[in-house]
Amino acid sequence: MTNNLNLNLWVIPLLPLIGAAINGLFGRRFKNAVVNTVALLFTALAFGWALRAVWTLWPGGDTPYVEVLAPWIAAGKFSAPFGFQLDQLSMIMVLVVTGVGFLIHIYSVGYMAHEGGYYRFFAYLNLFMFFMLTLVLANNYLLMFVGWEGVGLASYLLIGFYFLKDSAANAGKKAFIVNRIGDFAFLIGMFLIIQRFGSLTYTDVFSQIAKGNFSAEAGWGFFTITGICLLIGATGKSAQFPLYVWLPDAMEGPTPVSALIHAATMVTAGIYMIARSHAIFNLAPNALVVVAVIGCFTAIFAATMGLAQTDIKRVLAYSTVSQLGYMVLACGVAAYTAGIFHLMTHAFFKALLFLGAGSVIHAVGGEQDMRRMGGLRQKIPVTFWVMTIATFAIAGFPPLSGFFSKDQILGSAFHSSHGGPVLWAVGVLTAGLTSFYMFRLWFMTFFGEYKPGAVDVGEEAHAANAPAHPGHGAASHSHGHADDHAHGHGGVHESPWVMLGPLVVLAVLSIVGGWVGIPQFMGGNNHFEHFLAPVMQSGPAVTGEQAAKAENDSTSAHAGGPSEESAGEEWMLAGASVGAGVFGLFFAWLLYYKRPELPNQITSKMHGIYLLVLHKYYIDESYGAIFVKPLLALSTIVLWRGVDQGVIDGLVNGAGSASKGIGNELRQMQSGNIRSYASWVAVGGAAVIVFMLWWGVK
Amino acid sequence: MFIHQFLFVVFGLICVAGAINLLVQRHPINSALSLVVVMASLALIYLLLGAEFVAAIQLIVYAGAIMVLFVFVIMLLNAGAEERSRGSQIALFIGVPGVVVLATTVAWLMGQSANRLGDVSISPSDFGETHAIARLLFRDFLLPFEITSVLILIAIMGAVVLGKKESQ
Amino acid sequence: MIPLSWYLILSGILFSLGVFGFLLKRNIITIFMSIELMLNAVNLSFVAFANYWNTHPGTLPSGAGVLPLSGHIFVFFVMVVAAAEAAVGLAIIISVFRTRETLNVDRVNLLKL
Repeated sequence: MTNNLNLNLWVIPLLPLIGAAINGLFGRRFKNAVVNTVALLFTALAFGWALRAVWTLWPGGDTPYVEVLAPWIAAGKFSAPFGFQLDQLSMIMVLVVTGVGFLIHIYSVGYMAHEGGYYRFFAYLNLFMFFMLTLVLANNYLLMFVGWEGVGLASYLLIGFYFLKDSAANAGKKAFIVNRIGDFAFLIGMFLIIQRFGSLTYTDVFSQIAKGNFSAEAGWGFFTITGICLLIGATGKSAQFPLYVWLPDAMEGPTPVSALIHAATMVTAGIYMIARSHAIFNLAPNALVVVAVIGCFTAIFAATMGLAQTDIKRVLAYSTVSQLGYMVLACGVAAYTAGIFHLMTHAFFKALLFLGAGSVIHAVGGEQDMRRMGGLRQKIPVTFWVMTIATFAIAGFPPLSGFFSKDQILGSAFHSSHGGPVLWAVGVLTAGLTSFYMFRLWFMTFFGEYKPGAVDVGEEAHAANAPAHPGHGAASHSHGHADDHAHGHGGVHESPWVMLGPLVVLAVLSIVGGWVGIPQFMGGNNHFEHFLAPVMQSGPAVTGEQAAKAENDSTSAHAGGPSEESAGEEWMLAGASVGAGVFGLFFAWLLYYKRPELPNQITSKMHGIYLLVLHKYYIDESYGAIFVKPLLALSTIVLWRGVDQGVIDGLVNGAGSASKGIGNELRQMQSGNIRSYASWVAVGGAAVIVFMLWWGVK
Repeated sequence: MFIHQFLFVVFGLICVAGAINLLVQRHPINSALSLVVVMASLALIYLLLGAEFVAAIQLIVYAGAIMVLFVFVIMLLNAGAEERSRGSQIALFIGVPGVVVLATTVAWLMGQSANRLGDVSISPSDFGETHAIARLLFRDFLLPFEITSVLILIAIMGAVVLGKKESQ
Repeated sequence: MIPLSWYLILSGILFSLGVFGFLLKRNIITIFMSIELMLNAVNLSFVAFANYWNTHPGTLPSGAGVLPLSGHIFVFFVMVVAAAEAAVGLAIIISVFRTRETLNVDRVNLLKL
C-alpha cells in the first residue's frame, strides 16, 4: 500500500452519475441524439478512465491500491470510509462492467430508437453503471452494500420500464422484494463482521484474519454462519435457488437491460462478493459445501426449466441462472479464480446472446415466441453468425471462451474433497442440458421455415410464462409485445449497424476471451489465474512473501482440495465436458431439425413431467401460497384493520371524541342560571376552606 | 356570669330563628322583616360583647337604612309571592351539601378548640367606646376612611344612573 | 364567660343559612337579603375576635397596626361597603325588573351559552 500514485478512482463511478443526472433532470427536453450523446460520452469516459487506472497500476504496481476520500460513519470504534480500492479482482470487474456496459449503451441507441421514455432509459442505465461501479470499486462492505442496493433499485426501475404494463410493474416489484430478502441476510453477515473485527474495510478485516492464525472451522462457528449469511445475500442478487424466481420475470424489461443487468453485471455481484470474501469462506468448509451444493443444484434445476420454454428470452434467463450456478459452484469448491474467469467469459457470450436475441426480436417485429420463428439464417445473416458463435461458446466447445472457463470449474469441482465427483457429474450433465437447450434455441430460431402465426400457441404456454401473481388472466403475456418492439417495417430485416457493431465486438471477445486462461496441461500458462493470485492468496495459511509464492505456484489457488493433477486426468475431464456438449448438439439437431415431430411425441408421452417443467415446477405458485398470501392476509387483517384502523385511528379519533365528550359535559356548567353559578362558587369556597383548615389543623 | 350566657342563648336563638324564617317565607316582605329581627338581635349580642358603637350603628345604618331601602324596593316593584318555578338542580344537589359540609366542619373545629379559644367578657374599660373608635378611625385608618367616602359617592352616582328611567 | 367558640359557631350558622338562602331562593331581592345576612354573620365574628383579643392580650397577632379595636373598625367599613352595595344592587334589580318584568332569578338567564 505504499503507492505514490493517485488514480482518482472516484471519478469512475462519478461520470455515469453525472450522465444520469443530466439525462434524468433535463433529458425530457433533449432530442434523442443529445440524450444518447450524453449517455455514451460519460460511459465511454468511465471506461477510458478505468482503462487508464488499470494500465497505470497493473505492471508492478503495489496492490491493493486504496484511496479514501472521506470518513462516512464514525461511531465509537467503528468507522466506515468513502473509499475505493483497485486490485486485480476489481480491475477485472471494472473493465467488464464499463466495457460491456459501453457496448450495450451503443446497442441501445439503436434498439430503443422508437421507444417512448428514451431519456429515462438512458438515465436509468447510467444510474445503474454508477451503482455497479461503486459496488466493484468500494473498499469496504458498507459502500459495496450501497452499490448493491443501488443496482437493485436500478434493476427495479429498468425491469418496470414499461410501467404501464401490469406484468412489467409486477416483475420489477418482485425483483426488488426478493432481492431484499437476500440483502437482509447480507446485512446480518456484515453485522457479524463488525462485531468480530470492528471494521468493514477489506484491508482491515482480511489482515486481521490473516494475522489471527485461525484454523478452518469444523462445525458451525462464526465464519460458517457469516459465510452462510453472505451466501444468502448472494443468492438473492445472483438468482440462485431459492431466490432465483425474479430473474425469469425480469425479462419484461427491454432486452438491453436483460443483457446488461441480468446477464453480464448485476447478477455477478454476488459472485464478486463471495470471491472478495474468500478469506472468510476458506475458514468455513461447511459454508463452502453449502455454497457448492446450492450452485450445483441451481445449475441443473434451471437447466431443466430451460428445456421447455418457448420464449427466446426466457430460455436465456434460465440459462443465466444455470451459468450463475456454475460460478457459485466454483466458489463453493474454493476455485474463486475459475468462478471469476467464468464470470468474465459469461459476460461476453451471454450479453451477446441477449443482444442477438434482441436483434432477432427486432427483425421479426416484436415476436418473442420461438415457435413462430424459423429459417431466419438467410434473412439476418450477421445476427445468425454472432448468435452461432455465442451458442457454441456457451455450450463449451473449444477453442471458444466458454470451454476454458467451464472446464476449469468442472476440473476444480472434481478435485474437491467434499463429494467432488458427484458435483462434477452433475456439472457435466448440466453442460449437456445447456448445450441441448441452447442448440434447440438455435435450430428453432434460425433453421427450418419462417412461420409467423402458424403455430397455435396454446393456453399452457401463456399461463406458464405469466408472472405468478393472483388475478392474472391467461392472455396477459400477449405475444407480439406491441409496446416492446413492434414497428411496422414490414418483413424480416437485419438490424442497423449501430446494433450489429457491439454484437460483432462481443463475438470477437467470446472467441478470444478464454485464451487468457488456457490451463497448463493444454500448454498455456493460465495468465488469468496468475493475475488473480495475489488477491486470492490472502488466505489464512499465507505469510509475507505472497507475490513470490504466487508467481511460482500455478495451481495452489485452491484452498479446498488437493492440488496435484495429472495431465491425463485433466484431458479426460475436458473431453467429458466437450462430449456432453456434443451430445446436446446432436439431440437438438435430431429433435429440432431432422425430425421435428419428435418433440411433440415425447411431450405427449411424458405429459405430466412436461407440464411440471413447463410450469417451472410450480415454484412461483407455491411461494405465492406459502409466503405471499399469508403475509397479505396478515397485513390486511391484522396490521391494517387491526392496528392501523383499530388502534391508531381509534386512539386518535378517540382522543378527539373524548375531548368533544368532555367539552360537551363541561359546557352544561354554563347554564346562565345564576343559582347554579352561585352553588359552584359555594362548593369551591367550601373546598378551599376545608382544605386550609385541614392543613392548618394538621 | 350566668346572665350573660342566658342573654346570649336567647338572642342567639332569636337570630337563628329569624334567619330560618327568612328562608322559609315565600313573600319577600316577610323575609325582609325577619332580617330586621336578625339584625336587631345581633345588635344586642354586640352589646354583650362590649361593642357599643358597633351596636348603635348596626341599628341605625343596617336595620334603619339598608333594610328600609329593601322594603321600599319591594314595595316599588310590587314583588309578589314567590312562584314555583323549575329551579337549578345543581343548587339543590351540590350547593346544599357543600354548605352543610362547610358548616359542620367549622362547627366541629370550633367545638374542638373550645377550651383553647377561651372566653370573651365585658370588661369595664373604654374598650369599644365611641371616642376610642374615633381616635382609631381618624388617625390610623384615615386612608381607608377617605376611600370609603369616595366609594359611597360612586355608589350614589351609580344608583342614580341605574335607577333612571330611559329618557327619550 | 362565654367561650369564643360559641360566637363563632353562631356566626357560622348564620353564614351557612345565608348561603342556603342564596342558593335556594328564587326571588332576587330575597337572594340579596341572604347576602346581607352573610355579611352580618361575618361582622359578628369580627366583633367577637376584637373582644377576645382585648381580654386575652397574649393572643393578639403581632403586626403593624393590629389593635384589638381594629375589629370594630373593620365592621364599620363592612357596613359602609354593604350600604353602597345594597344601593347599587337594588338599582340594578330595578332596571332588570324593568326589562324582564320578573323577579324570578331563573328567568334572568341571558348569560347562558
